[in-house]
Amino acid sequence: MSREIHKRIEGRSPAFLALIAGLGILVLLGMGSAWTMEHNGHVITGMSNRIVWGMPHVFAVFLIVAASGALNVASISSVFGRTAYKPLSRLSVVLAIALLVGGLSVLVLDLGRPDRLIVAMTTYNFRSIFAWNIYLYVGFIAIAGVYLWLMMERSLNRFSKPAGMVAFIWRLALTTGTGSIFGFLVARQAYDAAVMAPLFIAMSFAFGLAIFILVIMFTSGGTGRELGEAMVRRLKNLLGIFVGAVLYFTIVQHLTNIYAAEHHAVERFILLDGGIYTTLFWVGQIIIGGALPLVLLFTPLFADSREAIALAALSVIAGGMAQLYVIIIGGQAFPLVLFPGKIVSSSFADGSIASYSPSLPEIGLGIGGVALALVIVAMAVKILALLPRTLADAETDPT
Amino acid sequence: MSCGNSCNSNTTSRRGFLTSMAASAAGATAGLTLAPGVTLFSPAQARARGKGEAASSKVRWGMLVDANKCDDGCTACVDACADENGWQGEGNPATDAQWIRKVKVTDPGTGKSQSLPMMCQHCEEPPCVDVCPTGASMKRADGIVLVDKHSCIGCRYCMMACPYQARSFVHEPVSGQRTHAPRGKGTVESCTFCVHRVDEGQQPACVEACGGTKRGALTFGDLNDSESEISKKIATYPTQAIRSDLGLKPGVRYLGLDT
Repeated sequence: MSREIHKRIEGRSPAFLALIAGLGILVLLGMGSAWTMEHNGHVITGMSNRIVWGMPHVFAVFLIVAASGALNVASISSVFGRTAYKPLSRLSVVLAIALLVGGLSVLVLDLGRPDRLIVAMTTYNFRSIFAWNIYLYVGFIAIAGVYLWLMMERSLNRFSKPAGMVAFIWRLALTTGTGSIFGFLVARQAYDAAVMAPLFIAMSFAFGLAIFILVIMFTSGGTGRELGEAMVRRLKNLLGIFVGAVLYFTIVQHLTNIYAAEHHAVERFILLDGGIYTTLFWVGQIIIGGALPLVLLFTPLFADSREAIALAALSVIAGGMAQLYVIIIGGQAFPLVLFPGKIVSSSFADGSIASYSPSLPEIGLGIGGVALALVIVAMAVKILALLPRTLADAETDPT
Repeated sequence: MSCGNSCNSNTTSRRGFLTSMAASAAGATAGLTLAPGVTLFSPAQARARGKGEAASSKVRWGMLVDANKCDDGCTACVDACADENGWQGEGNPATDAQWIRKVKVTDPGTGKSQSLPMMCQHCEEPPCVDVCPTGASMKRADGIVLVDKHSCIGCRYCMMACPYQARSFVHEPVSGQRTHAPRGKGTVESCTFCVHRVDEGQQPACVEACGGTKRGALTFGDLNDSESEISKKIATYPTQAIRSDLGLKPGVRYLGLDT
């Protein structure tokens, strides 16, 4: 493996230019959405004083969670010594950085005062998990950048393993921080649970790997690089395990709540009679995001078919978006309990289920963030030698 | 009305007296002790805060809501707050600011209803302050919880954290702002206990308006001063904090809740 194993893509084909142009248009759409929201105020969105975080946060949290998961392929190689994954490490790190930048862009552009980002970067309240997250996010980008450099600079390769270890620990902290944004909300019936942190870590493994599988399949296909069966099977099995882990933590999350009488109402809302949230939970999160991928990945019927694996990865992403919609928006739609056991009403919709319909600018902003992440990856594989020349089985280390 | 004009005139004379006292004995404002255990008055209760003078932790501003005296149809406190602080609605109920609102609480077993105002509870351990990334959400030394409009970035995490749904996000351009209560599109706001009035030695607008209806359901004062009207009432009657299970020690307490 001493010869050059990575190579830039040429990036001059009409298809590549069309891809960049298409993604660029979506990024512009996102920027236009953000400008419209900031100019008119959030009144033009579906968000309100009851649903204070909406569709932008679903996209942003998805991207941020997926970012830390996308780093896993590199971690498996550096930290756990699985050299078969080593050729994919560079792409893994770049995808992680790109997804995080995309997610943070959405989060920042949804702020009421995005022009005050400098305030958020210079004034900290260290009791706030949000403030910790600013450090965790910026630190992640810095550490991942150094990790990438150490992997790419041959004379410094020996330092890439400790850097990978730091990046792996950091990403666990980052996802713990993201989950704890919700876990620390003591007053909300749907949150306030320590299980949010490990749940989010499991989600990050699944979402990040699903995106990674699609990116490696797309880039291999688009650049004529061979992608061996053994590598695909490894990634497939790993994705299945991660999907199972998400289902496990989801069961723990809801079973714990169901056991406590004070949480019966919110569990009833999410699991039984919450309308769109119940549908998204069972059909989106559990069936599309959990059961369907497991069937596609592990049923002999599909016999490691690449189409089935790609479809499974897409299902995990769709299910993941549904899961975050249920957690973020469903969790807010359920009313705060001001007077336990009483019927409460007011002009501020106390005691009632809040309504929410995502608006076009919110969706546009979210899609813009996804497109930004993808355009960063597309440009990166053109500028830097990130993609392995080949992932043919004969060329990869079997360990 | 629980206090009336006598209270106000009392306040004014105290303030005047204090000013002269402060001139002769700057800093000695904890009260005039005649003998051990005998204090003539406690100036922190109602004095105005001087310009440039920091809020003092010797004072803990609080409010007592007497649910027995609060009528379902009455919105005098809400109207007065909206007028005082300039947050009248823009016709969009889901997004309009509501610094204070009337909540109807009904017992499903008996069908008995109560009406009471709900606003920022000015917690001693405010979750909104804990979660704010920039420190824009803050608690003054005298217990009043505020938002610094200059450093609020509009992330709304405080709204997620508040158990009382007491905060509003300014969803659209604002007009008719009051100089003493600046507002800004894209920032979060909530009840300030009419800090501008309290610092001038006055009562919050809602308390004054409620008194004007002769109901007198609201009492405002210094919880640290055992001689204040609010402290005496809390010492005399059973009162409770909403969601006291959360341990936030709100500055707003309720009397006569059927819970």
